Amino acid sequence: MDPVYKALVEIAGEGHVSNRPEELHTYSRDLGTSEPHRPDYVVAPRTTEQVQEVVKLANRERIPVVPLGGGLSLAGLAVPLRGGIALDMKRMDTILEVNEKARYAVIEAGVSQGKLISYLHRHHPDLRHSEPQAPTPATIAGNIAIHGQGDLAQPYGFNSDMVNGLEVVLPTGEACKIGSCAVSPGWFTLHPLPDLGLFLGWFGTTGIITKLSLRLFPLKRIREVEQFVVEDPGLVPEVIYKVTHTEMAEDVFAGTQSTIPARVGLHHVTVYITADSEKELEFKTGLIWDDALGEYIRSGDGGFADLLPPMKARFAARPGMLLSTVCDTLQGGGFEYVGGIMPVETYPQCCQRGAEIYSKHGIPQLMIARVIGRAHAMMFAWAYPFNRGDAESVNKAREAVHETDDLALDLGGTIWKPGVYGQKKLMERMDPGTLQLMRRVKELLDPNGIMNPGNWEVA
Amino acid sequence: MYELKHDERKCLACHSCDCLTKCQYMDIEIDTAKTEIRKIINGEDSFVLHQCATCYACEEYCPKGNHPFYLIVERQEEMGILPTPRPLIRQALQMGVPQREFKVAEVHEPAISMCMFTALAGSIQGKLYEGVSILPSGTQEGMHFFCQLMYLHFARTSVIKERLPRIIDNIARHNVKELICFHDECYGAFASYAPAYGIEVPFRPIHLFEYLYNRLRELKNDIKPLNLKVAYQRPCSSRLSPDKLHFVDDIFNLIGVESVEREYVGENALCCASLIRGQSKEGSRRIAADVQRRNIGDMVQGGAQACIFNCPYCFISSSERVAKNGLNPVLLGDLCRLAVG
Repeated sequence: MDPVYKALVEIAGEGHVSNRPEELHTYSRDLGTSEPHRPDYVVAPRTTEQVQEVVKLANRERIPVVPLGGGLSLAGLAVPLRGGIALDMKRMDTILEVNEKARYAVIEAGVSQGKLISYLHRHHPDLRHSEPQAPTPATIAGNIAIHGQGDLAQPYGFNSDMVNGLEVVLPTGEACKIGSCAVSPGWFTLHPLPDLGLFLGWFGTTGIITKLSLRLFPLKRIREVEQFVVEDPGLVPEVIYKVTHTEMAEDVFAGTQSTIPARVGLHHVTVYITADSEKELEFKTGLIWDDALGEYIRSGDGGFADLLPPMKARFAARPGMLLSTVCDTLQGGGFEYVGGIMPVETYPQCCQRGAEIYSKHGIPQLMIARVIGRAHAMMFAWAYPFNRGDAESVNKAREAVHETDDLALDLGGTIWKPGVYGQKKLMERMDPGTLQLMRRVKELLDPNGIMNPGNWEVA
Repeated sequence: MYELKHDERKCLACHSCDCLTKCQYMDIEIDTAKTEIRKIINGEDSFVLHQCATCYACEEYCPKGNHPFYLIVERQEEMGILPTPRPLIRQALQMGVPQREFKVAEVHEPAISMCMFTALAGSIQGKLYEGVSILPSGTQEGMHFFCQLMYLHFARTSVIKERLPRIIDNIARHNVKELICFHDECYGAFASYAPAYGIEVPFRPIHLFEYLYNRLRELKNDIKPLNLKVAYQRPCSSRLSPDKLHFVDDIFNLIGVESVEREYVGENALCCASLIRGQSKEGSRRIAADVQRRNIGDMVQGGAQACIFNCPYCFISSSERVAKNGLNPVLLGDLCRLAVG
């Protein structure tokens, strides 16, 4: 028997290790356009100690380790570019604690979005987390590790801004805690201890998150959706600015697409308003509709659409499945998008230049932007569906993704969860000092270069 | 192109100007009404063109049948006075464009047109609709049968004039002599709007309620009285066919349903206000909310157990609101099906 395989079985148990072709095939790919690469082993640990043992083994044997949660980044971030061990964190799926008064949850890294949503619904119905529009098997930790955003992005920022603490296993096998959990039983704050933010946005190249503490927020009884429609994309930044100024909205999206004929040539700013009473809802709606956006309505430049209840229900549903249901417009099962973190003022150019890329590759347009903070930024997504069974379709989507990576940077943004191509482009433009710091961090933490190699490889 | 058959002499000779003095959204006394209607006839700007909520009611109020609402919409479009923000108008117009071809199906009469509400074709079943053919035959073909009249809310009568003849032709290709109109507004399009503009309609439109009433009489022995107290939600389009309104009470009498005492009934009915909410004029959102509150409050106060809908759009947009106030939302056709089993 392969000694590495045997050692992994001793660590994680017989049923939780595989080097069979079926599993290697499954873990070789993700749903995006990245080329597949097979791991040599797949292992699903149950405890932090098991993760540590796997990492120590990998160091001894100089085998790459690629941690993954749901593997749904769509950018190939959990595809084992140099083979090695695919470390599936999904068995570590215990919700360890929910502190209602301090509003946080401590969870293991394999807890899925769906599990947390249903747990809170059942046991803590007044609390919620910032839920991304990812499929429900996606993990909380995976989303945070890539600086995801959810439906509380507008008031509270990135999901990674909502972390109170982490437990991580370093690339050399030590475990450590970040935040108040390092000095206290409570996982209630990351600050004001020394900043050890070395594990988010690194795609597993600096360590493996095994636990985290996530801030929770009030769950309001009523969740209403309104959609403001304009023809001129130049108005969208203004509209977003005015809506966010009210501080009355929760989630705010803007977008345009060519897949629904009624909506072609139009831009829809979707505003979620939550409340515990009709009085609160009316107050918030009035501020947004009548005060902030009234001038556009009166001039006829923009207006709130009459969203019928069945459509509203789809928009308002939690977990939010709308993106998942609209993304497969080519009915080919393939979908990838470039998420640029962009200044809101670039919305018109993002649309215009994005339209050129869609047209060039013959792909139907679907562009959506989620506001982060009080219009501090937006996550602008250029979405590219493709037919998985058609190599030409896959190539077109891949080329479009790469051109869009360039576009996001040309327009002054950064790329959210960049694949290898996007990482290279970012590093080409990066401040040299920053680049060197990244290299030093990686060398310090991962001297043997085993953690998800091929990612953030600083020359 | 089609011209509105409006006789300005009738308007100018009218002593009551009911079209404006009875308006539920503008408080206009007789002298002002006479001044403003003259301006509208002459193609001059009038506050009426800006303040109109597009509820269609003045079409009913006019004692001369002289189409004041159609005239208002003509002038709004001519003068670029849009009741609704432009992007919403554009979205509505784009929605009405058919995206795929349709096949002329073999249809036998009686035939019913679902307009764009093909998703509700499941309602057309049972004894009440025995032997009725449904147009369109395909659920994706609704826009080829969409009556277009909702564009009256958007000051786009030109689009109606352009598209409605094609819709009529699509129906005529099925060689129907009579057509039951599931959507009240379709009936209004064929029986009111088309004649007002001289658009030929080569089939006889049958109001759904007239069909239901006659069919219920045939099935009289199968009716089990429902013993319900209800309120009827009269839609805007019903103002185009006030001669058919009596069928509502006629049907209720047949199926053992009592229409509760209400303030907002008959000529005084309030529309669903769904499309008023997004209109351009200041305060539209609050006006719509007020109309909806008064309307439903009136139903509840009257002791209604259910709100009976005519128009599918009113039904889809208002059901939730109505249900939250303790009333069961039901389409009249479905209520009749309940009565005959």
